[in-house]
Amino acid sequence: MTLETILLDHGAGGKLAHRLTTEVMLPILGNPILDGLHDGAVFDLPAGRVAFSTDTYTVTPLFFPGGSIGDLAVNGTVNDVAMCGARPIFLSLALVIEEGLAVADLERILNDVAAAARRAQVAVVTGDTKVVPRGAADKIFINTAGVGVVAEGVNIGGHRARPGDKVLLSGTIADHGMTIMTQRADLGLALEMQSDSAPLNRMVQRMLAAAEGIHVLRDPTRGGLGTALCEIALQSRVAIRIDESAVPIQPAVAGACELLGFDPLYVANEGKLIAAVAPEDEAAVLAAMRADEHGRAACTIGEVTTGPPGQVTLTTAIGGERIVDMLAGEQLPRIC
Amino acid sequence: MALKHAQEYRDADIARQLAARIRARSCRPVRLMEVCGTHTVSIFRSGLRSLLPETVTLISGPGCPVCVTDQADIDAFVALARQPGVIAATFGDLMRVPGTESSLQRERAAGRDVRIVYSAFDSLKLARENPDRQVVFFGVGFETTAPTVAATVMAAAEAGLENFSVWSAHKTVPAALEALMGMPEVAIDAFLLPGHVSVIIGTEAYRSFFRRHRVPCVVAGFEPADLLAAIAVIIDQVESGTPALANAYPRAVAADGNPKARAVMSRVFAPVDAPWRGLGIIGGSGLDLAPEFARFDARRRFTLDLPVAVEPKGCACGQILTGARRPPDCPLFGSRCTPMDPVGPCMVSSEGTCAAYYRYARGGGHD
Repeated sequence: MTLETILLDHGAGGKLAHRLTTEVMLPILGNPILDGLHDGAVFDLPAGRVAFSTDTYTVTPLFFPGGSIGDLAVNGTVNDVAMCGARPIFLSLALVIEEGLAVADLERILNDVAAAARRAQVAVVTGDTKVVPRGAADKIFINTAGVGVVAEGVNIGGHRARPGDKVLLSGTIADHGMTIMTQRADLGLALEMQSDSAPLNRMVQRMLAAAEGIHVLRDPTRGGLGTALCEIALQSRVAIRIDESAVPIQPAVAGACELLGFDPLYVANEGKLIAAVAPEDEAAVLAAMRADEHGRAACTIGEVTTGPPGQVTLTTAIGGERIVDMLAGEQLPRIC
Repeated sequence: MALKHAQEYRDADIARQLAARIRARSCRPVRLMEVCGTHTVSIFRSGLRSLLPETVTLISGPGCPVCVTDQADIDAFVALARQPGVIAATFGDLMRVPGTESSLQRERAAGRDVRIVYSAFDSLKLARENPDRQVVFFGVGFETTAPTVAATVMAAAEAGLENFSVWSAHKTVPAALEALMGMPEVAIDAFLLPGHVSVIIGTEAYRSFFRRHRVPCVVAGFEPADLLAAIAVIIDQVESGTPALANAYPRAVAADGNPKARAVMSRVFAPVDAPWRGLGIIGGSGLDLAPEFARFDARRRFTLDLPVAVEPKGCACGQILTGARRPPDCPLFGSRCTPMDPVGPCMVSSEGTCAAYYRYARGGGHD
């Protein structure tokens, strides 16, 4: 009998579970470490400090323009490790599957995991699968954890921004969040936009190789650019000023934000980073970012100042000033 | 392309020139109310206040639909969501509004079927897909939203849908302006009239209001330059002592508005006295379902056991909606009441005055 649908039995550890692992998962994800099917992965790491991060992924719809929950689960954790200044090397992959998920959908997701891992040059070396009754999860939840190594001399942290630093952004904002939102709302705008889901580790390595004065790296995912800047300002006890007209946004994304009453500063990104960089290294780091496929539109959006600690201000396109606050709760589409 | 259009009107140079003109012309102090919540947000987001001279005071008015919805209506939404077999269909920004006992967000967390829709038509689709359930749409909003809801009710009638109804708490803007002018604690010298509402009702809908009160009334669009252009017109009127009803958003608003939309609205709805948070009951300012469509009226379809509506203690939303007080004057603002844990509706809606102050102007920005 071929596997068509995930049943509770697939998570029960018996024959069906074994078939799922050997017939569905290993052909897609297999590598020498994973193929051993031990209780855990055993491996050597290059010398240096180890960065370790975990994140859990849930998204509706599972497949969307520009990606799926599969590549999000890889890119998200790869990026979290990379934002520590580390080179990510190994990932774990844990699936919580709602019974009834089509095996074809699972295979599609796993293929996306495998492709994203190849692209990011990381290996999935250990994993787990649970199946829960209908209604106990929404189709599939994925947890990944990642380990990476921080090279000698690299020292990145949210507390290290200093007055005078330039704030750099690797590209357009709000692409992922608005793609998901318009898919859910079925607004028919999706053709013009797609998620920016992407691994940023190679760009980070290029940046670190180009200059020593990189103080902070952060990927503005949930909560968006605005929230990430507020976190940096709080952790570093500095103020940040950004220039609205310098922040790039795709026209279709800006239009969708206007339509739904969303502020793009608070909409999620899945393939962008912000960096606080010593002013003398600004040009070198920007050049390194632009040399990477995920940083072609990199630009300087503002600077770190000596203003009130924790405060982020924005100079608007018309020359006005306003505060940028952290996002409070999820943005909800407005009535007009 | 709509967006190219938008960018043009956002053009920084035009905006700077308009702001400079306002600063050069304005001598007399003016208290100017922007009636619409979308205006409020645009003003804050663009930092427009920081470009205006001290003579110009902007007051945010009662134009946030969620904010002016009466506590008893919010309680009814909660009670409807709790009815067995009901799918409650609502716009997103009603989710967090605290009622007397609960909110729709809490009811959804407790397992009630509350769905966020983007248009009233989405709720009709829900009714078709769930023939054994009752779908109730929470109708909140001004003349901007009401025509679509009216068209939805007409479509439901045409399809003979038995499991769809609307709890209408729609309101009309001109009636609210009239009420504001009658309040002794409210001192307004001029109005920025809402752009989207005026697209439907037209500038002439304000004519009798203007004749009675002779204060500058200018319809404004939503880009910073649109707003500054309208403010510049008002300042010119104030300085020359010639108040007028004017249209500074002619690319979207006509004198008679959108007659088709108005016709649909007046066929499906009938004016009714309606309670507004902060303004009290305003005669003829609400929209109830007309007798012909009474069978789609959730107020008639369901018998609800409602709590005695209690507005949150200490919350100044009522006075903030009329411009009598500013958000920072409220003792709860920023301490007990924040967007994460809102006490009153002005902090809940993204278009609420308190939320806009909290998000964009806390600890700075003059007003």
